Amino acid sequence: METKFYKKDKVLVFKITEEIDDNSVQKIRRRADYEIERYMPKRVIFDFDSVSFMDSAGIGLIIGRYKFTNMLGGKLEVANLTPAVKRIFEMSGILRLIPVTRIRTNN
Amino acid sequence: MKSEFENEMKLEFISKSSNEAFARITVAAFASQLDPTIEELADIKTAVSEAVTNCIIHGYDNRQGIVKVVAKLKENEIIIEISDKGKGIENIEIAKEPLYTTKPNLERSGMGFTIMESFMDSMEVESIVGLGTKITMTKKIKPKEEETEEEFEMITKE
Ligand SMILES: Nc1ncnc2c1ncn2[C@@H]1O[C@H](COP(=O)(O)OP(=O)(O)OP(=O)(O)O)[C@@H](O)[C@H]1O
Ligand SMILES: [Mg+2]
Repeated sequence: METKFYKKDKVLVFKITEEIDDNSVQKIRRRADYEIERYMPKRVIFDFDSVSFMDSAGIGLIIGRYKFTNMLGGKLEVANLTPAVKRIFEMSGILRLIPVTRIRTNN
Repeated sequence: MKSEFENEMKLEFISKSSNEAFARITVAAFASQLDPTIEELADIKTAVSEAVTNCIIHGYDNRQGIVKVVAKLKENEIIIEISDKGKGIENIEIAKEPLYTTKPNLERSGMGFTIMESFMDSMEVESIVGLGTKITMTKKIKPKEEETEEEFEMITKE
């Protein structure tokens, strides 16, 4: 996972580059919570552009970060969902709660 | 001994979460013999990942045990059995309901069975409390459209 913080707008972007399952999610969660607490961002964006696999562990990951971010006064969004990721999120209903955006991730 | 299946494989590994990727990639590689699309393969990988993860985190509660995966091919269908000798499920009907989870504190969402059911053609759960759980899933791989081969006549001009 790559982390970028855009100071001016207080936006924290996590670009997930690993497969998301029960095994990988533990590390992602620890790292994300640490960075969210450190930067206290206004917006937290999880970028799924490079995610080649995700199972239900991804749902729990995003709901958990959504609650954590809200608790600290920020807003969470998910970006660049692949069709496979979108399908799993849609089944769980979390997209009724969490906005989906597109972002550009080069630079 | 001749099997009624065209091909069969069996995989056993200890219940470590780092084996989840190993299991789904291995089953997907085996399933490739049926010439599935990328989407069909992704469905199989996801369903296997769900079932194997359940054995590890629920069946064995993160204690050590053996997870067994059997895959069989018959005509254009793959049959996958994933089992543990863990704690078993008390009420299978309730467990299968979307959003039902006994581990919300571990950030589980209760969508595993729902995903298996919708990504595969069939999914059955057998479980005995104290003895273990076995999931059987099947998926038919759609035959590909025959590629129409264009025939060219060699015209040799003199
Ligand atoms: N192999 C198993 N052994 C014992 N209990 C199981 C097993 N598989 C599933 N269960 C029970 O069924 C419930 C529902 O399983 P399901 O996979 O749908 O959701 P989950 O694993 O709790 O969450 P998610 O898969 O979304 O992360 C589990 O919470 C657990 O109580
Ligand atoms: Mg599960």
